[in-house]
Amino acid sequence: MALVQVKNLGKSYNPQTRVLKNVSFEVEAGEFVSIIGLSGAGKSTLLRCINRMVEIDEGNIIFDGLDVGSLNKRELRKMRTNIGMIFQHYNLVPRLSVIENVLHGRLGYKTTLQGVFNRFTEFEKEHAFFLLEKLGIADHAYKRCDQLSGGQQQRVGIARSLIQEPKVVLCDEPIASLDPNSSEVIMDYLKSITKELNIACIVNLHQVEIACSYSDRIIGLSKGNVVFDGPSFMLTADNTDEIYGTKTVETRKLVTV
Amino acid sequence: MNEKAMRSQRKWQTIIWVAIIIVFTYLASDITNFNIVHGIATLPNAITWIFSNLYVTPETFERLPKILEKLAETILMSIAATTTATVFSLFLGLMGSKTTGTSSILGVFARFVASVARNIPVVAWALILLLSFGQNSMTGYLALFVGSLGFLTRAFIETIDEASHSAVEALRATGSTYFQIVFKAVIPQCLPQLISWILFMIETNIRSATLVGILTGTGIGYSFDLYYKTLNYNAVALVTFTIVISVIIIELMSNRIRKVIL
Repeated sequence: MALVQVKNLGKSYNPQTRVLKNVSFEVEAGEFVSIIGLSGAGKSTLLRCINRMVEIDEGNIIFDGLDVGSLNKRELRKMRTNIGMIFQHYNLVPRLSVIENVLHGRLGYKTTLQGVFNRFTEFEKEHAFFLLEKLGIADHAYKRCDQLSGGQQQRVGIARSLIQEPKVVLCDEPIASLDPNSSEVIMDYLKSITKELNIACIVNLHQVEIACSYSDRIIGLSKGNVVFDGPSFMLTADNTDEIYGTKTVETRKLVTV
Repeated sequence: MNEKAMRSQRKWQTIIWVAIIIVFTYLASDITNFNIVHGIATLPNAITWIFSNLYVTPETFERLPKILEKLAETILMSIAATTTATVFSLFLGLMGSKTTGTSSILGVFARFVASVARNIPVVAWALILLLSFGQNSMTGYLALFVGSLGFLTRAFIETIDEASHSAVEALRATGSTYFQIVFKAVIPQCLPQLISWILFMIETNIRSATLVGILTGTGIGYSFDLYYKTLNYNAVALVTFTIVISVIIIELMSNRIRKVIL
């Protein structure tokens, strides 16, 4: 059975506009899936439906055999510990140190009091340092997060999601505010997560070329509908035209003239 | 041409506004029987009076230990009122903020408490509480407590609202509980501003404590009132100086603390 199953998902924030319409797809463990589409196509909403950061209106999402929409608060928290999340703006606590931010990923496994009073086990701390080492930022472990560059902060974000020991990592435009070099580093790390740790990655992306070169599969979203779902090598110019609502051929002509 | 027209328009606007202000000032002083010229004319007399009466003589220094004792009482009461109010305000602030609020009923409740406590001046609170608690330091403490509660709740709600929502979202996504989110994301982010507001509140409370003390007969306010009513103006001057100096010292200290934490 697939790890994440999205079945006829629908979502609307107000009665006039439906953000997602009848979206269905499946993601296997260890798969690298990119979701591409224009701003406002519903990419972020789709991602946030999977860990129910926004409520599901229609349809079901089955994660690891659990119906996400029907979980109560406690079950939802327990499920979220298995889903990592990486954000465009890193969403770290800027005044806290790198190591503290990484350990935030363990809070879901703790009781309220253990979390509030920082009762982390030695193993968890060692694991945090191991991850920082792997991501090449162990030297910055005791620095405050706001002293780090964008790429380094995003690596802290990755460490925070990996220490959760997740089955899937949701990435909401992880490289949208990074320069090309840092973007490549981040995408390489995400790719290696799927390969080495067999964690599925669902990544919202703007850049079609990057999506093609890194992902196993691409899902194209346009106005809340899935308009493309297939291996990345099958994505043609016509598909991207449909996803982005542009005429690639014409613009190419203009460039060549 | 255009520029000239605009300039003359500006000129007329200024003239009209000045005229309106003059007319209103005149009307207001006419209704209240306040004579501006007379007011200005008595200013030199007032200054002369201040300098000839409100000065500290060596004899008044004998009263200094007693005054300092009262001053310490006032400062400690202000700090006590602020710190206890902080604890309650923090909870009300968390309830009232959009980022951390759990239900809209609690949010409305928090905002209601804040605005009732804040919109009635501390002096009025002192007078109201005098009726039930009598003339003692408890009344002064409660008046300051209620005033601080209102102000700090309002300030905390705004500080928490301004704190970026992003880290809260990230922690929610890891499966953290409500209080873990509050203590690990919200408070670390707002801490400098929260401390800054608390320090500001302590400063404000020391000033108000003097006034409240006059009403409730406690602390430095009582000394001020006592010496003033027994026409011992030299002692009044000494009391005033000690208040001014202590407020300045506390302001300097809190500025220093702010610099370190921000």
